[in-house]
Order: sequence, then structure tokens, then C-alpha cells
Amino acid sequence: MNIIVCVKQVPDTTEIRINPETGTLIRDGVPSILNPDDANALEEALKIKDKDPESKITVITMGPPQAKEMLQECLAMGADDGILLSDRALGGSDTWATSNAMAAGIKKIGNYDIIFSGRQAIDGDTAQVGPQIAEKLDIPQVTYVADYENTKEGIVVKRALEDGYEILKLQTPCLLTAIKELNEPRYMSIRGILRAAKQEIKVWGADDIGVDKTVVGLKASPTNVFRSFTPKPKGAGVSIDGDTPREKAEHLMHGLKEKHII
Amino acid sequence: MTNFADYKNIWVYAEQRNGKLMNVALELIGEACRLAGEIGEGTEVCTLLVGNDIEDLAQECFDYGADKAYMIEDPLLEKYNTDGYTKVIVDAVREHKPSIILLGATHIGRDLAPRVAARLDTGLTADCTHLNISVKHYIEYAEANTTLNTSTIDSEDPDKGLKMTRPAFGGNLMATIVCKNTRPQMSTVRPGVMDKREKVEGSKGKIVNLKPVLSKDDLRVEILKVVKSAKELVSLTDAEIICSGGRGLGDATGFELIREFADTVGGVVGSSRAAVDAGWIDHSHQVGQTGTTVKPKIYFACGISGAIQHLAGMQTSDIIIAINKDSECPMMKLADYAIEGDLNKVIPEIISLWDAE
Repeated sequence: MNIIVCVKQVPDTTEIRINPETGTLIRDGVPSILNPDDANALEEALKIKDKDPESKITVITMGPPQAKEMLQECLAMGADDGILLSDRALGGSDTWATSNAMAAGIKKIGNYDIIFSGRQAIDGDTAQVGPQIAEKLDIPQVTYVADYENTKEGIVVKRALEDGYEILKLQTPCLLTAIKELNEPRYMSIRGILRAAKQEIKVWGADDIGVDKTVVGLKASPTNVFRSFTPKPKGAGVSIDGDTPREKAEHLMHGLKEKHII
Repeated sequence: MTNFADYKNIWVYAEQRNGKLMNVALELIGEACRLAGEIGEGTEVCTLLVGNDIEDLAQECFDYGADKAYMIEDPLLEKYNTDGYTKVIVDAVREHKPSIILLGATHIGRDLAPRVAARLDTGLTADCTHLNISVKHYIEYAEANTTLNTSTIDSEDPDKGLKMTRPAFGGNLMATIVCKNTRPQMSTVRPGVMDKREKVEGSKGKIVNLKPVLSKDDLRVEILKVVKSAKELVSLTDAEIICSGGRGLGDATGFELIREFADTVGGVVGSSRAAVDAGWIDHSHQVGQTGTTVKPKIYFACGISGAIQHLAGMQTSDIIIAINKDSECPMMKLADYAIEGDLNKVIPEIISLWDAE
């Protein structure tokens, strides 16, 4: 099976702090990591390869040159090939423009059975690029994949819903977006790290993937950031008074209702 | 180039499951009514109902403020499927040209919206928590809730584009997104943030039946089974409400009360490290630096004093409610609502009041 895994390098948002004086994000010293859901996407591909060693896994990302490091990590985990789409012409792309570039890159790789991606990246949390790549490639998708099985009749997946789940069947080629319930991502192995160190990451620009430059980058993006800002710092809380536990509970419920919290 | 004058009205994708409208659909109708008022010019609020045998849902949409209901019904649309729903919605949008489309940011909305937007080659903003049309109102919102310097925005700007505000970087940053050059402007909106209108039974509205052009071959994903089970997939990170217990519970049986509390409020059980170390509850429930980082809408901290490692894992929760005997502990200082008292007495009272709602 030929598998493509779409990944993204993201800042570790749990390490981001706000400068209380300026109200801006402190990004200095915040480590860049492989997006957590994407690690689940890669793991599922690796599990397929564990069973069927003939499978080939190509990891693809779009980003600045330093995203190479993350691709090296993916190779060290067991992926066969790493491709970085990197070009000034691609910079500032929103999800639509990103999916145009990614779809072009994937078409250049060609001959794939399954594309895995993470459900969403922790920096933007949009969950849009996976489905939009599937649309641009005109292949079926399943999002929020919590379980995967390859059967004689096709691929059978469990899709998580807020109030339960669905069992769905589809044929390749298709795109699946992974959630963390899907599996437990493995660590890099020493052998993998040594192997990855010798491997070259391919870097493709806009011309290499033959993408129409009017559908990628900041200018082509249908959505633009109008303003960005930080929320107001949290004000002081209130102490709930009352003579009895009942009264306190009543005052709490009243406060929550008044503020439309419940 | 898109001729903007052709694009009118606000559409709300009224998500239904098993013939029942999702709450977020009604919230979005309420929000769409507010936005339509800001746009003026006879802007209508239209709901888009997709499914099979769902005619009766239109009246519910009218009762909550919709002017019109576009109905797309077909046996192939009985259950949500990406391919079928995308096709019929894109066809409807191309024919009727709404200016704005709002969808709930549910698992289904977030599957459908990107696909529809990509096929229409228009912009989509995910998981919005605030929407504006008028620049003046946007400035008012920003000044009341954010650190944004609004002096560079012209309050007289007549722009009537949709300003879509959403959190990013785990809620540390907010961004307002605009979609200037393409139509429709699309947005998924987080459930629970917009206000429903008061229900006015028997409200009048216009039903427009659209004939879907769909065949079985269009559907590339087969639904083998749909299982309803609230519990199985609920995890701390996705939970909207978390009821956490700590050392103040006294012993392992304290978690029985916390579990009952969580069941009542529709939440998930969390814990402090102290309670895990004491062997009262499994590590999988632990919130904090060495446990899970959470950001629910409501975090109940019951008998948790608030060690720095615990706070690091939950302090960005929207609302923190602390119940503790010690009013001076860090958690009570951090909390939006601090209740000093015996949790064994206070929690049962909250449970009974919540039940009565």
C-alpha cells in the first residue's frame, strides 16, 4: 500500500505564555513539535507498514525550511520518504490555498492509496486542510477517525461523533483524519535516527509541483486576518456568599445563569 | 470576479441528527437574525435543512426566527454523509447565492463546511466565537473583551463584510478573519456561544423545496452503523464540563459524589495529582502538567487547593468554580466563583438545583 501522511510543524501551544504587560504572545524559546494529531496519523501508517512491509510511507508538509527537522523525526519513526513544500510564493496561505498547494504536491508524488492527516493542528485548530485536500483531489474523506481496519471489502473506520460513533466503509484512494484515540504514537528508534540522518529531505517549490500561483499564498487566500489580539486578562473572581450550603448553591446557579454560562 | 450584488441573505445550515435539530442550529438562527439586522436591506435569515422526511423541522426554525427554510430531502440524505450533503448544498448555494453561510462547529459541521467551501472556492473561518457586521459594533466588542488597540479602525467604515473572531494557539490568541473577495462568506461557529431567540410558536415562514440531483454513485462512503453512546469517547480534553476532585475529598469514596456530580452536569471526572497518588482514582483522570491539559467551559475544582502544576493544566478554562474549606488556597484565588464550605454539603445542593433545571 502507498501511504501519504500530511503533517505540520507547530509551536507547542502548552508552552506559550502571554506577556502580562504587553498582552502579546511569548514565542521565544517555545519548542516546535510535530502536531500531535499528525503523530497519530503517521502512527497508523506505520502500523500498516508493520503488517505489510512492502508499504511505502511518504510524509509531506508545507512550511519554512526548518520544518525539515520534523520530517527527519518522521523518518526516524519509520517513514520512507520526506517532502517539504517550501517557497515564498506559498507563504501566508490560508486553508484553501494550503490545500491547493498540498494537493499539487500529492499529485506529484502520485500513486497513493491512503492519505492520512491529523484532525487539526494545535496552532490554528481549524481542521479544514485535511477535508480541503480531499476535495481538491476529488477523493472521499472520513474525519475524526478513531479506529482503522483494512478488510477484503474495503477500508472500515470508526468515526467519532460527540454523542457516539459511526462505522463507515470506503474504498481507496481516500483521505482519513486521525484523532488521538486512534493509536499511541511510537518513539523514534536509534536505528531510525541513524537511518534518517543519512536521508535527504526533498524540498519542492511552487514550480516543482506545478501549482497555479494564483491559487496559493497570501494574496490568493480568500480569508485574511483583519486583526489579532489577546483576550482581556481574567478579572478577579467572586466569592459566593450564603448562610447555608443550599443558599450558596443557589447563588452560584443564579450567577451562572445571569452570565449565560448555563 | 464574483459580483457581490448577486449574493444576499444569511443561510444557517440547520444540522439535524435522526430528525432532531441540533441546539447549535437554533443558536445560529438567533445570531443570524442579529446580523441580518445589522446588514439591513431586507436581508433574510434562511435555514438550510438537509435530510429525509424532515419537513416538520422548518416550523421549529421559523419559531426561533428564520424567515425561510430551504428543504433538501432525499432517501440518500437520510443520514449525514460527506459526499451527498456537499453536493446538494453546493448546488443550492450556486443557485440561490447566499452572502453568508453559518454552520455549527460540530464533528459533522467541521467535516462538511471545509468540503463545501473548497468546492465553492470561497473562504471559511473555523470555530468562531464572535461575529460582527458593523464596524462600530466590532469596535465596541473589542474594547469590552480584548486588548486590541481600536484607534486604527474607522468606526464610520460602512463595510458590511462579516468579521469572524476565533481563538487560536489554544485560546492564547484571538484573530478576526474577513473574507473580502469571494462569496459566500462561510463560518463554523462553536456550539453554546451564540444566543437562541425566544421561541414564538406558530411564526410564519416560507418553505422552499429544492430538488436534489443525487445518485447512489455520488456517495463514496457507506454507513455500516451509527452508535449512540455518550460515554465511550468523552475525554478530558474534549469535555465541556469537568468535575475534578482532590485531597479535600478525604478518601476514595469521595469520587462517587464527584461522579454523580459529573453525570448530572454532563461532565467528565477529573482529579488532582494528590488524589491519584493516594490511589483514589486512575491516572487517566489527572489534570495538570503531568496529566492532561484541559480547557473546558466550566471547571469545577472540588477540594483541590491548586498546586502550581495542577493550575498549569486548567487555568485557561473559561469558568473556574472552586469549592473548598480553605478560602485562602490558590485555587480559590484563581476561581471565577469561589464557594467556601464543605464540598460534601455544597455539591449535593448544586446537583439537586441542576437537576431541577
